[in-house]
Amino acid sequence: MSERSEPTREHVTGVFGERVQRREDARLITGRGRFLDDLGGNALAAAFVRSPHAHARIRDIDVAAALDVDGLVAIYTWEDLPGVLAEPLPLLIPHPALTHGRTAYPLAREVVRHVGEPVVMVVARDRYVAEDACSLIEVDYEILKPVVGVEEAAQAAHLVHEDVPGNVAAHMVQEVPAPDGRSAREAIEAAPHTLAFRLDIERSACTPLEGKGVYARWDADDESLRVYSSTQTSTSVRMAIAAKFGLPLPKVEVIAPDVGGGFGVKIVHPWPEEILVPWAARLLDREIKWTEDRREHFISSAHERAQVQYVRVGFDDDGRVLGLDVNILHDNGAYTPYGIIVPIVTSTQLLGPYKIGAYRVEFSSIYTNTVQVTPYRGAGRPQGVFCMERTMDRIAAHLGRDRTDVRAANFIQPDEFPYDQGMTFQDGRPLIYDSGDYPESLRMLKELIGWDSFPAMRAQAAAEGRTIGIGVGCYVEGTGVGPYEGGHVQVTSDGRVHVSTGLTSQGQGHETVFAQIVATELGVPFEKVSVVTGDTRRFGYAVGTFASRAAVVSGNAIALACRKVREKALRIAADALEADPRDLEITDGVVHVVGAPSASIPLSTIAVLSNPLRYAFDDETRRATQFASSPSPDRPPVGEGEEPGLEGRDYYSPIRSTFASGMHAAIVETDPLTAEIKILRYAVVHDCGKLINPMIVEGQIHGGVAQGVGGALYEKMVYDQHGQLLNASFMDFLMPYATEVPRIETAHLETPSPLNPLGVKGAGEAGVIPVSAVIAAAIEDAEGIPIDRMPISPSDLHALRLAR
Amino acid sequence: MNHTVNHAITLVVNGVVREASVPARRLLSDCLRHDLGLTGTHVGCEHGVCGACTVLLDGEPVRSCLTFAVTVDGREITTVEGLATGGELSPVQRAFAECHGLQCGFCTPGFLCTATAFLRDNPAPDDEEVLEAISGNLCRCTGYQNIIKAVHRAAEIQAEEAG
Repeated sequence: MSERSEPTREHVTGVFGERVQRREDARLITGRGRFLDDLGGNALAAAFVRSPHAHARIRDIDVAAALDVDGLVAIYTWEDLPGVLAEPLPLLIPHPALTHGRTAYPLAREVVRHVGEPVVMVVARDRYVAEDACSLIEVDYEILKPVVGVEEAAQAAHLVHEDVPGNVAAHMVQEVPAPDGRSAREAIEAAPHTLAFRLDIERSACTPLEGKGVYARWDADDESLRVYSSTQTSTSVRMAIAAKFGLPLPKVEVIAPDVGGGFGVKIVHPWPEEILVPWAARLLDREIKWTEDRREHFISSAHERAQVQYVRVGFDDDGRVLGLDVNILHDNGAYTPYGIIVPIVTSTQLLGPYKIGAYRVEFSSIYTNTVQVTPYRGAGRPQGVFCMERTMDRIAAHLGRDRTDVRAANFIQPDEFPYDQGMTFQDGRPLIYDSGDYPESLRMLKELIGWDSFPAMRAQAAAEGRTIGIGVGCYVEGTGVGPYEGGHVQVTSDGRVHVSTGLTSQGQGHETVFAQIVATELGVPFEKVSVVTGDTRRFGYAVGTFASRAAVVSGNAIALACRKVREKALRIAADALEADPRDLEITDGVVHVVGAPSASIPLSTIAVLSNPLRYAFDDETRRATQFASSPSPDRPPVGEGEEPGLEGRDYYSPIRSTFASGMHAAIVETDPLTAEIKILRYAVVHDCGKLINPMIVEGQIHGGVAQGVGGALYEKMVYDQHGQLLNASFMDFLMPYATEVPRIETAHLETPSPLNPLGVKGAGEAGVIPVSAVIAAAIEDAEGIPIDRMPISPSDLHALRLAR
Repeated sequence: MNHTVNHAITLVVNGVVREASVPARRLLSDCLRHDLGLTGTHVGCEHGVCGACTVLLDGEPVRSCLTFAVTVDGREITTVEGLATGGELSPVQRAFAECHGLQCGFCTPGFLCTATAFLRDNPAPDDEEVLEAISGNLCRCTGYQNIIKAVHRAAEIQAEEAG
């Protein structure tokens, strides 16, 4: 069950559960990947004039000086946008609590509300020339008071949107009473012990190595539009573009090519550029491309994480939580295109693997004159877990008990699933955990990190004059949210298997894991299977890649599609072999009678037979023509209820999310002089149900943990009081290099999900979720100073030491 | 206004003589990608921090986003497209695939070029040396765990093949 992560090199056949090498790599290691900016070599380039002010009114835009630039093609401002294009961008996820949702215009109309908001679009021969023109455009601004910092914004001395009182976009309360009917506040009042404290989490961001990008081709003869976008949802970008342009949906195709990382930011859509670039391409009848640069990504995409949390907790002598009351101030930046998903996720996933007596959570989602906040890997969970795990540690400290004992006292037990937390989750469905084994997970983690022997290790370190500490953090992650995904599987007469699904890929290895599912379900060689994702020409119905959902939702849809194909193949084979379909199986792409391998027929031949032909063009197809065999004269060539071709399409729509879980532990060392914080060991126990490819799951965990380490120790969006982002570059925003990420030790626990045919749960976001909580706990343990904010730099730790 | 003056340059890219006519401000990364069509070299930050654009200039790793194309006229450049020889993947390329040393693959060309030069100069590195060698390249997907393994594995493959 438990498995250490070492690459293996033994022969693999590519089926479910194996460490198969990735399909994607052959092109990516030879420079043959096709990322957005690798396309459209002859396209014109777009560039944008963006607001240098956090809050300002546009008095005038003077483009005169730019008009003489050689190579300039066009300049557009908001006033040039026709009809619905001039309206605000969609509010993607409305919610009744989001009473004051606001979205930006594709190009700023009258007021800019954060540094980086697009004001003017320039189209030119190449990017250099487009930026030359941008630099010559003069925008006259009347500077307004910027609103920066969530607590300042909540005081509402100044407003981000004139028509949003108090800067409050949304306010929401969820309350789950105790089994005896008492409210959280009553339970806390009556509890033997109570604590109250404040927690603070800084802004970070996804920062994929490839920024966003859009490349549009208008076909005037066909009156159709093809758009490539570095997006996490090509199907929804397509619908948004068709709606904005009034084009028939079949006249718009959107393709996500190779995408250089997403981590959430690319699920937001349509970005202004996803509307403006295709619009200009159609208007000018020219190919146009925009490739986001790094500074643009920092100041005009999206950030996440920033929250202030006020916590009150009541508990008994064993550390069991009797009541928990959390009030969250959530900084949503200047706009709310993605609704209030992040604070809803924080509010609900805060509960983790625990049974809380009574729970009350209230959040206010607050506007500030900063970049908008939308999901970043973890999507509100790191903040929720930081809150709950810091709470557990404070309870343990208050009672003088082992921190893992306090957690164990609160765990949901293995025999209590399905476990209803009594809340509404981010998909509007009940928060019911499907399966898990938290006590076993904790046991494995304590063994992996050596929890029980740590006091001896600490004593040894102390004897050497070194300060070390250990921390632990637990989480539960709702994964695989609906509403649905689909899969299409087609076997062609050459025996190859073509698979498509609508959701997109940003490095997760979907081509590989989906091919593993198909190889297993269909009994075909892995090498024969090819997978296409995120191309609306191949599959039009999809939601997108987010919320650790691809393996769960598309994986199961593809498995179900395979089962349809398999059934059809066996039916045709049974006719051809004059056998009972129940006696047939498929091995290595050949259908044969169990126990009689000579009675067999390859899937390639079945594919031919499945498609009755009039015309032949090779030996294979000749066998399917009308005079080649003697079918029953009483039956039509394609039977009732049948379709030609050996293919199947199916969808998987989960009843609700499936809940993955995990626990991390770290040992850190703090330098007594410099306050440098070094992670000595990092251990992960992870449960995402059945593993399709353990190598890929471990890779996902590694990447998540590294982002978590960034969020815990280094990454922070530094805004000054004017709303200027002071560290909008990789020079100043400190993403971890190899030297900052410790070796990550992993072990897997597999509690299959009972909700889906494959028994899988999502794995994409998991690694990042508890890291801030774990590192905070370990630093606190080393230093004996309460840690209530993240990230923590050596300077921060030094200041905490001085204040002690 | 500002009609830019182009300069004729000749580069030997992956062993092939290539000519281009570029303005003085054209970055080597843009020249490779847009003038020569070698899009394997990626641009991640445009300010020399992430290392995605790393190519080999006369065998040494450089940031092509910090290099003007006109300044390398006449020099030899190796990009990710030139790491395989005669259709056979290099040990570094094979090791990255074998060890799952890449996910989205955007930073990968920079790592491959960096590791190729490093292992040429230091064919049997220890852990610290590997860490040092790749510590100028950013990856947002892998957490570097398998990149480190891949560099060690590439050294192994190189040694095996040297016999």
